[in-house]
Parts: sequence; C-alpha cells; structure tokens
Amino acid sequence: MKIHEYQAKDILSRYGIPIQPGKVAATPQEAEEIAREFGVPVVIKAQVYVGGRGKAGGIQFGDTPEQAREAASRVLGMNIKGLTVQKVLVVPKLEIKEEYYLGIVLDRKSQAPVAMVSAAGGVDIEEVAATTPEKIIRRLIDVDRGLPAYEARQILADAGVPSLVIAKGGTILSALAQAFIGSDAQLAEINPLALTVDGQVLAADAKILIDDNALSRQKEYAAWAEPEDANPIEYEAHAAGLASYVKLNGNIGIVANGAGLAMATLDMVARSGGQPANFYDFGGGAKAELLKKALLFLARDPDVKGILVNIFGGITRGEEVARGVIMAQAELPKGMPVVVRLSGTGEAEGRAMLADAGLTWGYDMRDGAQKIVAAIKERA
Amino acid sequence: MSILLDQSSRVIVQGITGREGQFHTKNMLAAGTAVVGGVTPGKGGTEVEGLPVFDTVAQAKKATGANASCIFVPGLGAADAIMEAADAGIRLIVCISEFIPVLDMVRAMRLVREKQVRLIGPNCPGLCTPGVGKIGIIPYGIFREGHVGFISRSGTLTYEVVSLLTAAGIGQSTCVGIGGDPIIGTTFTDCLHLFEHDEQTSAVVMCGEIGGSDEEDAAEYIKQMSKPVVGFISGRTAPPGKRMGHAGAIISGNTGTAQGKVAALQAAGVPVADTIFDIPELLKQVAGKKL
Repeated sequence: MKIHEYQAKDILSRYGIPIQPGKVAATPQEAEEIAREFGVPVVIKAQVYVGGRGKAGGIQFGDTPEQAREAASRVLGMNIKGLTVQKVLVVPKLEIKEEYYLGIVLDRKSQAPVAMVSAAGGVDIEEVAATTPEKIIRRLIDVDRGLPAYEARQILADAGVPSLVIAKGGTILSALAQAFIGSDAQLAEINPLALTVDGQVLAADAKILIDDNALSRQKEYAAWAEPEDANPIEYEAHAAGLASYVKLNGNIGIVANGAGLAMATLDMVARSGGQPANFYDFGGGAKAELLKKALLFLARDPDVKGILVNIFGGITRGEEVARGVIMAQAELPKGMPVVVRLSGTGEAEGRAMLADAGLTWGYDMRDGAQKIVAAIKERA
Repeated sequence: MSILLDQSSRVIVQGITGREGQFHTKNMLAAGTAVVGGVTPGKGGTEVEGLPVFDTVAQAKKATGANASCIFVPGLGAADAIMEAADAGIRLIVCISEFIPVLDMVRAMRLVREKQVRLIGPNCPGLCTPGVGKIGIIPYGIFREGHVGFISRSGTLTYEVVSLLTAAGIGQSTCVGIGGDPIIGTTFTDCLHLFEHDEQTSAVVMCGEIGGSDEEDAAEYIKQMSKPVVGFISGRTAPPGKRMGHAGAIISGNTGTAQGKVAALQAAGVPVADTIFDIPELLKQVAGKKL
C-alpha cells in the first residue's frame, strides 16, 4: 500500500527520526496559516502517490505567508502524472548543505531486507544504481536483531558519508530499520537525508510502502488508504471486495482464475489483436454470485466493450461459472459480447447451460480470445 | 523414481479441520497420497476423513511417523505453521496458504534453511507425482505418468499446460508449483537441479512469469544441464509497476520484464513458447522419443 510523504514522516518520527515540523493543508488558506505558525520561508510539497513531483512543479516555495497561500493555490488541483493534488505538506524551508540517500528494501534473492546507503542523495537512486552501482553500499538486515547503530555507522562510513554526519546518521538508519520492520514495510526510504548549514541531520523527504498482506495487523496504517484518482475504479473494486482487480488500458474485460492464467490470458488476447481493459482474478472455488458481481463491475468501466471469462476449473465448478455469467447477463449493458471459456470440473454441464442461454463459449483459451476480439470488431 | 513425493512420503495436513483443509485432504487421499493425520491447535483428539487430528505437529509426527506436511493455515498464521513443521523435523513442507506477510516469510525461511528442510511455496498449488499422489490442490485427473518434469509459478496455468501435454500424449514425472510470492522456499533452479538428477525425468517444462530474477538465474543453471528444457513466460503484455495478481509478479524498473526472461532463456539454448499451445510441439522437437 502506498502512503503519502507526510504519513511516512509520521511513522519515521515515531521511531525518533528527526523531521521538519509542519502540517498538511487542503486549501491555500490553511497553507498560509501553517506558514504563519511555523515561520517563513516555507516549502509547499504536493502529496501524491508518484515520484518526480518536483520536476512536474509540485514543489514550490513561499517567502511570506501570502506567497505560501499563492504557491499552495498553484499546487493544489495540479495534475501530476494523472493524479490530482488534493493535499500539500507545508514545512519550513531548510538550508541544505549536503544530501544523502538511506533506503531499505526487501531483497528477494537473499530473502532479507537490505539497507542501501549512498553519499549521493536527493537524486534518482535507480539512476545511481544503474550508472555507478559502486556508490551504493548494501548490507543485509537481520529482522530479529534489527540494524544496530554501530553497523549502521559502518555502512555510512563505507558509503563515504562525512564524519560530521556519521553519529546522527547511524542512529537514523538504525531507526529506519526498526520502522521498516515495525510497519511491515516493503520499502522505507529517506531521500534526501539532509545535512543543514546549521548542522542538523534530518529526513527531508520520505517514502514508505506497506506490505498489503500485513495490513490486517497494521490497522492504523491500513486506515490511511485512499483512492488514487488515476485509478478510482481500482480503489472501488478493492473496497467492494474484488481485491485482485487491475485496471489496464484497452477495451476487453477479463475474468480468469489464478494470476498466472490471467496473465497468459492477457497475452493471448493481445496476440489475437485485442487490448485488455482490466482483469479480475476470480481465485479458486469461487461462487456464481461473486462472478456476477465481478462481471458487472468490469462492465462499469466505460472502456470495456466486451468480456472474456477464462476459467480452468479445479475446485471451481463449471456450473457455478455458467450460473454466474447467466445471472450477470441480464444486467450487463445491452448487446455487450461475453465469451466464456470453461474447462475442467463441470465443463460439460457449464457449456450446456451457456448454450441454452445463448452465450458464446470458447473451446480453449486461444479460441475464446479470438472470439471476443472478433465480436468486438463486429460491433464497432 | 520421481522428485520430492514418492512411496515413502507420509503426509500430515496443517489446518485439516478448515474448509479447504478438509476438502483437499479428501482429494489427496483419493489420489492415493498417504495422508496419515492432521493438525489444528485446539482440535486434538478429533478426526477428519477418518484421520487423527493433533494439537501440534510434534505430536502428529510422533504418532504417525509423518515426514511431509501440507499447510492450509490462513496467511497471518502460515509462517508460524511452516516453522512449527520445520522445527518438528518434517522434511518436506508444502505451503498452499496465500497472503503471508513478507517479513514473516523472512523469519520462517531462516529456520527452513537452518533445518535444511525442503519448503515448496507459499502461495502455490503444491506438487503432484502421477501414479504416486499429490500434496496440495492440483487436480489429479489431468495427469498421465511419463517423463516430463514440470515447474511453474502459477496454479491454474499449470493445470492448463499439463492438460495440453496429457492431451498430446506426453506424460509427466513430477509437477511442482513453486508459488507466486516474492519469497519462496524452492526456486526454479532448485527444481531443475532435482529433475536433472531424477532418472525418470528426460525433459523439463518451466513456466515462468514477470517479476524477480528466478527465471534468469534458472537460465544460468540450464547452461550446465544435460536434459532439455522448454520455457514459457507469462505477463508479456503486463505494464510496469502493476502487481499482476501475484505479489511477486511486478515489473520494477528494468528488472523482471518478460522480454529479459525470454532473452536469458534463449541465450541458454532454451526454446521459449510464444503461447502455451506451442509447448507440446517444442518438447517433441527437443526430447523426441525420450518423452
């Protein structure tokens, strides 16, 4: 789950990591009041779920409270990579002398979190990793032991972070590891960690991603979920209990059971000349009512011109699939083509029910994909 | 012979009293698997499908001589179940459960490595050796005994491809679904190694997908294998940055793309099927009469 910068900083401060004072504003008026409360000059930072907001104009400055209000009115409502800015973080501007990078991610290969530090912070770390990987120092973290401060200091020293920053920076990196473990993060990043001209060391920006599978035990953070307006349909789907719904860019809705089969179905549709609009992974052993709900949800997306259902029944029964599609058919937009491909448990019964209801079925995945692509072309 | 599951396997089911646990215990028994008992804390002394239920894995192992376990415990408790089995001396653990927090798996994997236990999954369909039985949820009826080893990250895609092989008259030695999570106990490379040393297996089909670098690592291993391998990669049309159903199936930056995986496999001399329908024909080309 993505969270905003101000929320990530909230988590970091709970672990004792210094951050700038400041508050979130939803209106220019609020931004002005915050600037008065905390003192000018201030920085106005767009709170959106994407990187690269600075280049997009989502970070602006105000030397007076009035300017803060004007800056906020420019940033609020701004569109950044398809997302509308609804909140800004207002913080006193720092006099930054140097910037460093501290990050922790899960390393799949070593099956442990890895701490990454670079003395070159404030930039795109993926770029640094690609061009000068030797400038990033990596060290695995033992999740039970955490990252003791002395180890953290050594990593910073190895990365070439100056002596002046080692003590404070080591404590911060150690705390970042605690925050990562304590919040079930998949990524926890401070970029930049700033050294100010007056010698403070603090997290000037932060990013945390929380493991979706852990949200049921991270209830406070789970409550921070909010719709991404680049993807309001996905948010709604998840809220409606269709957790595996994914929005794509084409015009064919796809229901399949199992993630691997769903991906292979998308590939097959593309190969047949179609473009998937979205997909829903129906999972195993699911019931007709859930399939109906999923189909109606898929069809609500205005991009969807037809739907392909691809089910290989193991525990999922063909009759349940057929019943779900037939139940949904009456409520789907008139004339919207639906092709059902059914194999495995109960396939004969399911196919007979579909034929009786006048629905098209595909012999296999390829046949199903070709039929839905053809049906949509025919209507266009 | 086959890999992982053979006539000496004695299986317990962790989470046997749950809906999934009961249903699949019945199916595993029907497939001929030697399921000898189950574990549900608090339900010790009861029975499921005529099998004894125990409160702990250690009790179950002591009473039944179990050496393998199949886990259906819900996500938040599943890593603990893996550790319980590993600590009790179970040698083969198949974890079907999904939605396990990744840091729980980090902890569980440490014990699994320390005890040198074989873990398949989590978030996987399990494994099947036709003629012997199955551990997990793979439908047994689609198989046919034979010589092709099968490895996949996904469940239903496995069923799909195995059905195609069986329909083409190509039988299987063992089929392993390794799971779609970022952290799994057994990788493609581990399975390839087992198949390379299995007398019954003469060729391997490997169905990968986007995300991570397991397929690329496997390609490195395949370069030194004596047996032919046929590949398939799903998610060729998946956009970067989207989690495609599996927690592990996500393209980030330039890593994990289908193109990169296809290229790595081809560089190792592996023919990669464009669609799953091409897999039987490619197998015939590389393995011919050995099938």
